[in-house]
Order: sequence, then C-alpha cells, then structure tokens
Amino acid sequence: MKVPYYPGCTLSTKAKGYDRSGRAVAAALGMELVELPDWQCCGATFPLATDNSMALIAPTRVLYQAEQAGEQVAALCAICYHVLKRTQTALERDPAMRDRINWFTEQEYRGRVRVVHLLELLRDGLGWEELSRRVVRPLTGLRAAPYYGCLLLRPYDEIGLDNPEAPTILHDLLRALGAEPVDFPYSTECCGSYLTVKDPTVSETLSRDIVASARKHGAQVLVTACPLCQFNLDWPQRETEFGRTGDEIPVVYFTQLMAVALGLPEEDWGAEGMYTDPRPLLRQWAGGGDA
Amino acid sequence: MRAVLSLSKLRSQFVRDVEEISGEDLLACNQCGKCSAGCPVAAAMDMLPSQVIRMAQLGMTEVLQSRTIWICASCLTCVTRCPKGVDLPRLMEALREISLRAGASEIDLNRLPPDLVRELPQLAIVGGFRKYIK
Repeated sequence: MKVPYYPGCTLSTKAKGYDRSGRAVAAALGMELVELPDWQCCGATFPLATDNSMALIAPTRVLYQAEQAGEQVAALCAICYHVLKRTQTALERDPAMRDRINWFTEQEYRGRVRVVHLLELLRDGLGWEELSRRVVRPLTGLRAAPYYGCLLLRPYDEIGLDNPEAPTILHDLLRALGAEPVDFPYSTECCGSYLTVKDPTVSETLSRDIVASARKHGAQVLVTACPLCQFNLDWPQRETEFGRTGDEIPVVYFTQLMAVALGLPEEDWGAEGMYTDPRPLLRQWAGGGDA
Repeated sequence: MRAVLSLSKLRSQFVRDVEEISGEDLLACNQCGKCSAGCPVAAAMDMLPSQVIRMAQLGMTEVLQSRTIWICASCLTCVTRCPKGVDLPRLMEALREISLRAGASEIDLNRLPPDLVRELPQLAIVGGFRKYIK
C-alpha cells in the first residue's frame, strides 16, 4: 500500500533519524511512505488569532499538494500533523475561509484529503495484534515511558487522535512491541515547545522535570512522536564542560523502537547523533545482528 | 495593586479587540481557576492565567505588560479542562498579537545563544519566530 507522506522541515534536516526509521518500519509493514513530489513548510504553528488567515496559506498549500497525491496524507512530525489536521478541520468548518485562501493561492483545495499520523495507520489500519505478530525481536523487559506531549493530542475536537488527558496509543504500541509502558504523571505535560527559542531556561526546567519523573518511575527510555519534544527533552541532557551526570535516559522516536523490534538493521534505526545515545540500550534487544 | 474600574473600560476598544482577534467571549470565564491549577508553566509566570483573563475582562490594558502572555506555550492543557469551554490560548494569542502589532518583539536575534541556534530543530525556529516576532 502506498501512502502519500509529508516529512516537513525538521524531518528533512535535524530529525533525519525519525524520517529514516519511520519510512523503514512502514515499509517493513507493507506501507510505502511516498514523499509528496512538491511540498513546503507547514508554518510550524497553527494561527490562534481568528483574523490571521495569512498563516493558513502555507498549510493549505500542503493540503492542496496532498490532495493531488491521494485521499490521505501521513505525517510523522507531531507538529506538522497538528498544523495540517487543524487547518483541514478549520477549512472544513469555514468554507468561506477556504474559498478566500484558494482565491489567494490560485489553487483549488477541495477539502477532501484526510490528514493522518503514522500511529493512526498502525492502530486503525494494521492493528496492534497484527503488529505484535510481525515483531521478531520483542522488547521484553524494556521499561519505556510514553511521552505524548501536547500537540499530538490537543485540542481534542479538532485532532481527535486519542483521549487528550489519558491517552493510550503509545502505550498500546509499546505493548505490541513487547515492551513495558511506564506510567508517569508527566506523560501529557508540556516540554515548553517554542519557548526553547525565547526562554530556554523555562523549557529546560519543564524538560528536566519530565525526564526526572520518568526516571523515578523506572523508565529506561522516553518515547515520543515529536521532534521538538525529542529536542527539548534530550538537549538538557547533553554533555557539557561538566561532563554527564550519569542519570541521562535516551529520548527516542516510537519508530526507532519499532525498527529494533521488527529486526531492522541498525542503520534503519536512525539513532545516531542524538545527545543521549540510545544505541547501547537498544542493542541489548537487537540480538546478534542475524535478524 | 490599585485598579480603577469603569464602564467605559469594560466596553473599551481593547476588550473588543481581544474578543475579535481571539473569537472568544471574555465573560464566559467565571474565574474557577482550573486553567491556573493545571498550567505547566505557571511557576514561570508573574500572573496566573486566570488573572490574565480577569484583567482582560475588566479592560485593564496593564495586562499587556505581564510576562505571562509570553510564557504561555499554547500547550492547550487549559482548553482541555475549562468547564466553560473558554479557549484561553486564543486569548493569550490575542494579547500577544495586540502587543506585536503595536511593535513589540520578544526575541532579540542578536542575543540568541549560538550553540543553541546551531542545534535547534527548524520547526522551533520557524514556530518561535512566528509566535514572538512580527
């Protein structure tokens, strides 16, 4: 099955490992993520000001490009997913706005494309049982803390992926891979998002609390679907002139754990270049490399 | 803090601007405080989110001086929990927009730490600049 795919700016640059592992696991499960032939940045923020239609132009262009490619478009980046899904919903509820943007872009976006996250395709298309049957290297005993963050889930009436207060989609995925999901109270707390540009100390404080809580609850690894969460949680754990504390825990994308469990070669994990190297941990489950 | 309330303030252009930009009804908020109780960044704020709404309700333009409107990360936790369905991040955005449109800029590009800029994911830069600079 071919699925039109929107990588977005960060997965093409700083978060290549997410893109690499995402494409690899989808392919291993019989889904080919086909990158849109021509795409641009979604704008990275959904405009909250109702009189700002300009910020809807970039995501609408992406939706138009996606509509030429098929009935749905898959994203991996939680923020791209958030922006595209909310734009899709907003233009569905406000046809006059859609006409206005179409008039400006001179492209006829008809509002028929469906924005999906890879997690949704796994849950609703493949199913967790089928996924667990495909696992060749079960992550038995791996204590993984699912970190959902904000924009993947909220606001519920526009995104509708999972319960915004008590989500289970990453938990279910981890169970299907054989890992043990670790519940911790910061699972849906904010990492500080774009504050990392303006007030890095605020976002670092939030991130340190999240990581500390996950560790306290026994997690060996944090699992996310968002490149900004990944950065915000991992960056404060980087090696500085003072060395490392020894308390670091790697922050990985769910696709990277999937790649290990599905027995894919290490280059498909896309796990190089992270501040806290997850590979020594992941190799314990990858076996002797014969898979 | 001493505050002077008046009918003209309650029905001022400022109140109308906030409501128009946000698309929200300020008086829908009955000050239960649930947004402040659950806000993950409240500790870094100089004023609680519910207090920001209260000042906006009363037409107190001093609220634009608050750091809170710039600390709100639009994580949407409060929207999920508000019993009155108030979209507080939209109100925060309206207050930021009013400041930005009047010439405010919250990021000094010359003071961004170079080691951070080298490492920041693209979407943080794009999103941050869109949110905090006009």
